[in-house]
Amino acid sequence: MSDHEKEIDEATGVETTGHEWDGIRELNNPLPRWWLYIFYASIAWAFVYWILMPAWPALPGMGTNTPGIRNHSDRDLVAASVQELRDARAETGQALINASLDEILSDQSLRQFAMAAGESAFGDNCATCHGAGGQGFPGYPTLADDVWLWGGSLDEIQHTITYGVRQDNLETRFSMMPAFGRDQILSSEEIRAVAHYVRTLSGLEEASEESHHGQEIFEFQCVSCHTEAGTGDQLQGAPDLTDRDWLYGSDLETVINTVYNARNSAMPAWGERLDEATIKALAVYVYSLSGGETNS
Amino acid sequence: MALFDKHAVFEKHSLLLTVGILVVVAIGGIIEIAPLFYMSNTIERVNGMRPYTPLELAGREIYVREGCYVCHSQMVRPLRDEVERYGHYSLAAESMYDHPFQWGSKRTGPDLARVGGKYSDEWHMDHMADPRSVVPESIMPPYEFMVDRPLDYSMISETMAAMRVVGVPYTDAMIENADLDLRAQADPDFYPENVEYDYGLEDRYNEASGREGTVNVRVFDGVPEEVTEMDALIAYLQMLGTLVDFDTYEAGDLQNRR
Repeated sequence: MSDHEKEIDEATGVETTGHEWDGIRELNNPLPRWWLYIFYASIAWAFVYWILMPAWPALPGMGTNTPGIRNHSDRDLVAASVQELRDARAETGQALINASLDEILSDQSLRQFAMAAGESAFGDNCATCHGAGGQGFPGYPTLADDVWLWGGSLDEIQHTITYGVRQDNLETRFSMMPAFGRDQILSSEEIRAVAHYVRTLSGLEEASEESHHGQEIFEFQCVSCHTEAGTGDQLQGAPDLTDRDWLYGSDLETVINTVYNARNSAMPAWGERLDEATIKALAVYVYSLSGGETNS
Repeated sequence: MALFDKHAVFEKHSLLLTVGILVVVAIGGIIEIAPLFYMSNTIERVNGMRPYTPLELAGREIYVREGCYVCHSQMVRPLRDEVERYGHYSLAAESMYDHPFQWGSKRTGPDLARVGGKYSDEWHMDHMADPRSVVPESIMPPYEFMVDRPLDYSMISETMAAMRVVGVPYTDAMIENADLDLRAQADPDFYPENVEYDYGLEDRYNEASGREGTVNVRVFDGVPEEVTEMDALIAYLQMLGTLVDFDTYEAGDLQNRR
């Protein structure tokens, strides 16, 4: 085919390939040059790539793919990139670790850093349960108020975040309210009476004969954690029953449900997931949401 | 260009052309596929991976059934922002017992590859039943029916046997005890009537893992009397991404490089 003479088609002025079938000849319109050269260049680039980058699968006995002379690995890159981030934060992060929580709060630059780091960590890890602004949901305590189950000082907050609530570690916040109904400690009538009494503590209803009966049961069953006055005990995470803040709800049915089934909710131990600097930043951030309590 | 003249042979014999095309196309296939037959392993060497317990496996089946993968990925990519947010990037080893894998390709919701232990069981309950009760801006549909719907685990040992056929190392004991193991994981006070049970759930799966404490045994949905779909799904979610011991994982090892 290559030794035929150039034939030019009369009608179009285009060279033909010289192929002829039943008197019909094929025009030869070559690819545009620019396209052709890019095509050749990409073939050449493939060879360069094989040499530079991991490319070919292992030959028998080699065990792994060809690493290429650049020894490229996405995983190495991300490790380096994360390390770079850690290094960038290291100085301030170390300062957070070295400083006490009170010092962080009183030092303006440290506090700013802690608040920024705390806010971003809160958004990903804590807001899911406690709400974006710490406003809480039924069953998930509000952090933006001055009511604290386990203590609202900086140290107590840090402890709660680190070890969680009702987790598998020795330092975790732990208490177990009995399920008075499900475990058949009290009868349904007794539970209803206690619920009435509990509601009188915060003035949600007037004292009645039933609530007096409930008070007797309360003094026998509940005071060891919630105290005689019903003001609760932060060492046991027993909530104050005399205030107007209700974690699960204050209507009679909800209170009865709480006494019947007990509420022993849990919070993960963030010390297992987050580093110390982040936890301290979170403690400062959460503390600042509420105004908090002073270290006792 | 005598060689190019031979091209006419292909152009004039359709069978020869077909064979020629097959040979050319097969080159790429052979280079990509053939090494898989002699490479001992394409998966990283890690400590801690074990097959799913029956309850987790049942939860996984629900995850697949409800199409969770449509909105949630299970793949932390090796990018700084993802590693910062979700934790260590996912390894091939972490989905080696997944049939089918749940990597997903779209994140309408967040990645779930390391969601295990991140939130409490109660949160998962509330969130599944009514997502907007805890995340007001969520667009996830509610799955309230799972709260009360009893888990159908009548086929769980058969499912495990099928998994074994495709390479999941379930032992005979795991498969024989599947039903009882499943119920035992959802109730720490489990005591079966009229049946012998060796309470070997944790031993069996920790041994397969080589680590301690890989099996969560608790009442996931707060109701010990019955194993519900919610129990199974939460059991599955709470173990996602928690198995591999990253303290012993050597990213730099030539076998583990990607």
